[in-house]
Amino acid sequence: MSFIRSPKDVLAGLLFIALAALFAWQANLLPMGSSVRMGPGYFPMILSGMMGVLGVIVLINGFRFHAEGATGIAWRGLILLTLSALFFGAFLRPLGFLPALAGTVFLSALGSQKFHLVTALAITGVMVVFSWAVFIWGLGLPIQLIGPWLGGY
Amino acid sequence: MELFDNLALGFSVAFSLQNLLYCFIGCLLGTLIGVLPGLGPVATIAMLLPITFGLPPVSALIMLAGIYYGAQYGGSTTAILINLPGESSSVVTALDGHQMAKQGRAGAALATAALGSFFAGTVATFLLALFAPPLADLALKFGPPEYFALMVLGLIASVTLASGSIVKALAMIVLGLLLGLSGQDIYTGTPRFTFDVQELTDGFDFVALAMGVFGIGEIIRNLEDEKQRSLVAAKVSSLMLTKDEFKQIIAPVLRGTILGSALGILPGGGAMLSSFASYSIEKKISKNPKSFGKGAIAGVAGPESANNAGAQTSFIPMLTLGIPSNPVMALMIGALIIQGITPGPNVVTEKPDLFWGIIASMWIGNLMLVLLNLPLIGMWVRLLTVPYHVLFPAIMAFCCIGVYSVNNNTFDVYTMALFGVVGYVLVKLDCEPAPLLLGFVIGPMLEEYLRRAMLISRGDPMVFVTRPISATLLALAAIALVVVLLPSVSKTREEAFRE
Repeated sequence: MSFIRSPKDVLAGLLFIALAALFAWQANLLPMGSSVRMGPGYFPMILSGMMGVLGVIVLINGFRFHAEGATGIAWRGLILLTLSALFFGAFLRPLGFLPALAGTVFLSALGSQKFHLVTALAITGVMVVFSWAVFIWGLGLPIQLIGPWLGGY
Repeated sequence: MELFDNLALGFSVAFSLQNLLYCFIGCLLGTLIGVLPGLGPVATIAMLLPITFGLPPVSALIMLAGIYYGAQYGGSTTAILINLPGESSSVVTALDGHQMAKQGRAGAALATAALGSFFAGTVATFLLALFAPPLADLALKFGPPEYFALMVLGLIASVTLASGSIVKALAMIVLGLLLGLSGQDIYTGTPRFTFDVQELTDGFDFVALAMGVFGIGEIIRNLEDEKQRSLVAAKVSSLMLTKDEFKQIIAPVLRGTILGSALGILPGGGAMLSSFASYSIEKKISKNPKSFGKGAIAGVAGPESANNAGAQTSFIPMLTLGIPSNPVMALMIGALIIQGITPGPNVVTEKPDLFWGIIASMWIGNLMLVLLNLPLIGMWVRLLTVPYHVLFPAIMAFCCIGVYSVNNNTFDVYTMALFGVVGYVLVKLDCEPAPLLLGFVIGPMLEEYLRRAMLISRGDPMVFVTRPISATLLALAAIALVVVLLPSVSKTREEAFRE
C-alpha cells in the first residue's frame, strides 16, 4: 500500500506550490515598495505566499486522507480539442475564415469516440454555412473569408 | 412613491420593441441550454459576450439575464420529464419531479415548477427593486477599507458555499487573484506576470479565460464518458393542478421564495444553493417526510421557487456593489465593462434606465417563460435527442469565433486553448473552477482598494479593524471560514452536496 492516500490532492498540492513559486519568482523581480505605498510586487508576493501555504496543506491532506483516484483521462478529446482551437488561431489569417473554421469543426468532431466521417463532414458543412450567415453576413465581423494562402488577397 | 416611478421607467424601457425581442431571445436561448445537459449558462453567456458589443447596454444585459433565469426553467423541465437535470440547480427537482412524472403527474409537476418559479420571480423582482437602491446608497458611503473587507467576505463566502474541498477552493481563489493581476500595474505601468509576451501587456483576456475553463474544459470532461442518453420521456398529461395539490404547494412556494431571495443576495449564493437548502427544509418540516423522493409535490414547489428567486436576487450585489456573487454575475460584470460601464453603486443613479430596465425585464421575462415553456414542452424534449457528439463541435466553433472577435486577436484563441487544458486539469484534480473566475474578476479591484486603504492609513493594517463596517465584514468572513472548517459542519455539508 502506498503512503500517498489521495493522489489527486498530492498532485493538486504540488501544482499549487509550483505555481506559487512561479508567481513569487516573477513578483520578486518587481519593486516591492512599502506598506504605505505598495509597489507592483507587494500584493502578488502576499498572494503567492498564501497560495504556497494552501498548496502545502492540500499536499499534506493527500498523505492523510483517502480519496478516490483519478478516473480515466479523455486524451483523445483533450488533444484534439486543444489542437482544433490552436488550428483556428494559427490558420484564421493565412487560410481565411471559411477553411479555418471547417478545420476547427472537423478536428473537434474527431475528438469524440463516436466519430463518424459522414456525420462529421455534415456538421462541418452546416457549421461553416451557419457561422458565415450569423457572424459574417449578419454581424459583419471583419474577417477575410478566404486567406492569402488560398489566393485571397 | 419613488419606487413606482422607477418601476414605471423600468417598464417603459423594457417594453420597447427591441428590448422585448432581446428578452425573448434570452429566455428562449436560456431554456434551450437549460434543456441541453453539458451546456450551462456560464459557457453560453461567455460565448455570447462578444456578440453583445454591438447592442445597447440595456438590451445586452436584458438578453444575458434572460439566459440565466431561462436556464433555470429549462433545467427543471428535463429534470421532471426524463430525470436528467439540465442544470445543477435542478438536481433536486429531479428527485420528486420525476417520480411524479412516473405516476402520471408530469403535467402537474411541470405546472408546479412553472407557477412556483413565476411567483418567486415576481417577488424577487420587487425585492430587487426595493432593496437595491438603499444598498447602493449605503455602498456610496464605503471607503477603500470597507470595499476591501466586502470583497474578502464575498470571496470567502463563495468558498464556504461551494462543494468540495475548502482549502483547494481557497487556493483556486488566490490563483484567480494572481491571474487577474497580470498585465500592467495601474499605478506604475510596470508589466506584471507577462513573461515578456507582448500580448499579455493588458493581462489575460477575461472572455478567453472563461470560455477556456468553462467552455472547452467542460467539453473535454463531457467527452470522458459519452454514454448514450436513454430517452424515456414521460407523457405530459393535463397541466392542471387539483385543488388539493394547489393547497399543498402554497406554503412551500412561499418558503422557497423567501429562502431563495435571502440566499441569492449572499455572495456565493444563487440558484443552486437555494434549491438544495429549500429541499432539505421542506423535507424536515413536512408532516410526511417519507413521501419525499417518491413524488412529493412540495419537493418540486419549494426548490423550484427557491432557485428562481435566488437567481434573481443574486443580481443585487452585482448591480449595487459591483461584486459578483457567482460566475454568471462575474460574466455580467464583464459584459458591463465591455460596454464601458463600471458596475458599482453609481449605476443606480447614473444609469437609471439600465438599472430599472433590467429589473422590469426580469418580470416580463418570467411571464414569457411561463407562456413559452408550457406549450413548447414537446419541442424541448425532442431537442434532447440531439446527440452530444453532434453538438459539441458547434459549441467549439462558437467559442473560437467568439473569443477571436472580442479583440480581433488570434492570441486570445491561444489563451483560450491554454485555459481549456488548465480547466480540464483542475477538474481532474477536484478543484472547482468557479472560485478561480471570481478571483480573476475581483483581483484588480481587491489590490486597488488595499493599496488605497493602506495609503490613507499610512501603512497601518489596523485600519481594517478600527472602522466598524469593515471590521464587521471581516469578522463575518472569519466566522464563515471557521464555521465551515468545523468538522461537524463540514460533514453535514458533504452530505448535503451528495444528496
